[in-house]
Amino acid sequence: MTPPLPKGLRPRPARPGTKPARNGARANGATVTQDPKALKKARKQAQREAFKQQALDVPVAMLGWLDERTGSTPFLRAFLFRKVPAGTNWYYTLGSATLFAFVNQAVTGVFLAMYYDPSPTQAYGSVRHIINDVFLGEFVRGMHKWGATVMVVLIFLHMGRTFFFGAYKYPRELNWIIGVVLLILTMAMAFTGYLLPFDQRSFWATVVGVNINASGPILGPYLADFLRGGAEFGSTTLSRFYAIHMLLIPGLIAALIGAHLYLVSKLGTTAPPWLKAEQARELAEEEI
Amino acid sequence: MADSSKKKRSPYTKDRGTLGAFEGETITRRRFVTGGALAAGGVATAAVGLPALGFALGPIFEKTVHEGWQDVGPVADFNATGYVPKVITIVADIGEAGKTTIYVRKATAADRSPSDKPGHPPLPYVAISTRCAHLGCPVNYVPAAQRFICPCHGGVYDKQGKVVGGPPVRPLDRFYTRVVNGRVQVGQRFSVNSHLRRFSPRDPTNHLDGLWQYLYPSRPTT
Repeated sequence: MTPPLPKGLRPRPARPGTKPARNGARANGATVTQDPKALKKARKQAQREAFKQQALDVPVAMLGWLDERTGSTPFLRAFLFRKVPAGTNWYYTLGSATLFAFVNQAVTGVFLAMYYDPSPTQAYGSVRHIINDVFLGEFVRGMHKWGATVMVVLIFLHMGRTFFFGAYKYPRELNWIIGVVLLILTMAMAFTGYLLPFDQRSFWATVVGVNINASGPILGPYLADFLRGGAEFGSTTLSRFYAIHMLLIPGLIAALIGAHLYLVSKLGTTAPPWLKAEQARELAEEEI
Repeated sequence: MADSSKKKRSPYTKDRGTLGAFEGETITRRRFVTGGALAAGGVATAAVGLPALGFALGPIFEKTVHEGWQDVGPVADFNATGYVPKVITIVADIGEAGKTTIYVRKATAADRSPSDKPGHPPLPYVAISTRCAHLGCPVNYVPAAQRFICPCHGGVYDKQGKVVGGPPVRPLDRFYTRVVNGRVQVGQRFSVNSHLRRFSPRDPTNHLDGLWQYLYPSRPTT
């Protein structure tokens, strides 16, 4: 069932005794007066009313045009004005906060890509260039760097909220699974992004990280070869990490966030565990 | 009842009473077209997807191109008692990231390997890789202690590169050496186990002793 529109969005009924002020003068049904000054004033007022009405009609008409062609109103209404259980609190905003952190990473990442050069000889210099020379470069790069940490922290807090509130239970198991995949993908983002500044710390951290992958029996060395693009940390390693970091994983994350949100709006959120389900009055009395 | 279930089904759709069946057909047109569309879609997806996958996975199966023999100095530079650090290129054209330090000294009788063939001379020089066998950090040789020490997780190796402490799983890798016209040259990398037996290059973390070695077999890139 579609929830009703909130009060502010409902069209107001016309005041009794007024007509819609569409046809210019005499809209408010005032008595006809012969005084030219009053007449002029009334006409001006009516014109203003008509103009206001027209201006208000524009967005309505535009939304109506879109709605007629997409039929999105019921979906948007159900998505934006859905009911939430009693006791919903600030902890329920952690998922949105994680989403915001992801959007921040996506936006700053797109702009960093304009100046970054993923070649082993140029990468370090291009990051120095972003920090030292580009207008607001230090800020945008800082947003990306610290935003990455914030996203990982938020994703764990969000996961903890889901776990401790029991929000992973039936029928929301699939959303928990999608969330775990998103967590793994975020970790892969953190791993591949760490190499990109190409300073000593990121280089050796990635060498260690790739060799941890190589420690898996039988398949581990092949996984390391895949990450490096060969047996040695070579000329294509950095561009591989860059492609995985900015093209492969963000697409997967965006698609899975879509599925995650769809399930949230479809299934709704859970009430906090400290709230007891309300009993019908008769039942409660019977038990007494 | 039992008879009807045993009766052989007709191969023709019309005899089976299928809706929209035509005389002489063994499959309805709808079924045929649906199957054909799915098959065509599968072929088209595979035609794009498989080459893309192969493109990404290709380097796993390509043999690494080595830089060849590299000169590290005249034989007079090296002796059997101490190591001399030298810088060689592992991967060309990527600047500092493609270079590595190695430690070189003259080989002694203790450096004989079970892999040396009888009648063939052993490697004339020992060229130790600084890539730690734990997770690949660069080890440092401390002459006073005659130990290689890794800064990352505390791996310690003796003068021969064998593990004496910390988490490494096998001795430090080495490089092939030879002497040409009185100059020492360094070639390809090889890994060794605790008896200094030679193996094709393995990644750090890969064991080469006992049954462990069978979990980390040689791979196409090395």
